[in-house]
Amino acid sequence: MSAPAFAETEMPQNAVPAAIDLREEFETSGVKDVLAELDRDLIGLAPVKRRIRETAALLLVERARRRMGLAHETPTLHMSFTGNPGTGKTTVALRMADLLHRLGYIRKGHLVSVTRDDLVGQYIGHTAPKTKEILKKAMGGVLFIDEAYYLYRPENERDYGQEAIEILLQVMENQRDDLVVVLAGYAQRMDRFFESNPGFRSRVAHHIDFPDYSDDELLRIAEQMLEKQNYLLDTKATAAMADYIARRRAQPHFANARSIRNALDRARLRQANRLFESAKGPLDAKALSTVSAEDITASRVFALKPGEGESK
Amino acid sequence: MRITQGAFSFLPDLTDDQIRAQVQYCIDNKWAVSLEVTDDPHPRNTYWDMWGHPMFDNPDAAALMLELNACRKHYGDRYIRVVAFDASHGWESVKLSFIVNRPVEEPGYRLERQEAAGRTIRYTTKPYAADKPAGSRYG
Repeated sequence: MSAPAFAETEMPQNAVPAAIDLREEFETSGVKDVLAELDRDLIGLAPVKRRIRETAALLLVERARRRMGLAHETPTLHMSFTGNPGTGKTTVALRMADLLHRLGYIRKGHLVSVTRDDLVGQYIGHTAPKTKEILKKAMGGVLFIDEAYYLYRPENERDYGQEAIEILLQVMENQRDDLVVVLAGYAQRMDRFFESNPGFRSRVAHHIDFPDYSDDELLRIAEQMLEKQNYLLDTKATAAMADYIARRRAQPHFANARSIRNALDRARLRQANRLFESAKGPLDAKALSTVSAEDITASRVFALKPGEGESK
Repeated sequence: MRITQGAFSFLPDLTDDQIRAQVQYCIDNKWAVSLEVTDDPHPRNTYWDMWGHPMFDNPDAAALMLELNACRKHYGDRYIRVVAFDASHGWESVKLSFIVNRPVEEPGYRLERQEAAGRTIRYTTKPYAADKPAGSRYG
């Protein structure tokens, strides 16, 4: 505790800088690295990346203004991420936590991801402690509430969700320095949620919409996922995968990248089985890591005619 | 008479920022922080009442400050201390505790002498505050 005090007498640390080089700030604060990583690791999502870039610029300027004594209040950082399942909301929230941490807007930079079940209790008097426990865990970081609209159930006026909402709103307002809340969910239902909870709407400053991935992007995502696990698709398998994506999209419960991940998990399962049953001699690394077309075309999706699965 | 027990008790009362910094130090050392309350300030009264649960998985001191403010609202007229518990093997005990809230007036202790057999004198210290029933001792 005495070391900083000593440093202060040596040189005035709290002196207001006359000018701030934003470019340098951008590089030294690590924001540049986070954004570059975001660009590199996440395929597609161009509008999201643009919004994050804009937000980062705003926060950087805000920080510079604060140092010069031009701004005193912590800006409202609560956000809402809307988009279909599997469009990368959680992943981006993680990056956002990192970004805010590097900019010094949150102290720890961890992400606590919750849903209605974690916040809302089952009997009277259960909800408040439960919500507070989660909020305390998220202090100094980001609280990510997935499918936030489930908190509000207008059809049941005695629903405990309302209590959780009130506590959330109170903390979002009074402890803006301590945590950032990110609400996530499907676009339409989130809109309805905000309409019926004006308190949330006014406290959420940044709305970011996550578009669906195109077939092309999903294929690249599939390749990236496999590459991370040291697998690869051969040429025929790549074509089969592209076909699979187009077919899978037409079916219900399509969850973008998540569907792809599940499909790949099943393809790996089939690949393992195929190797196990067909292998006669020792296998080399290439054989062990190549997913071929038959592993993918064995999927249920190919057995269905287009439009067939929708009735389910 | 000012009660001096736990760490920092000979210093002026810690400000909230100082408390926060100390608590963050505890958390960074992976100690579980919690709050305890009492209105019986006798030095041998080791077991104070708990306020909420010990916080084993909160990475930031803001969580404790939130509870501290709630606790002060409720028990602002009593002694409140922060307890930092080290759960690691071989320790499993309190590493640091310090008072973060005290009553406005601390009346101190009475010394009682009991004359025992022969010329023996036995001494007892009793907090004046303990003359009143628990719950209505301060303010």
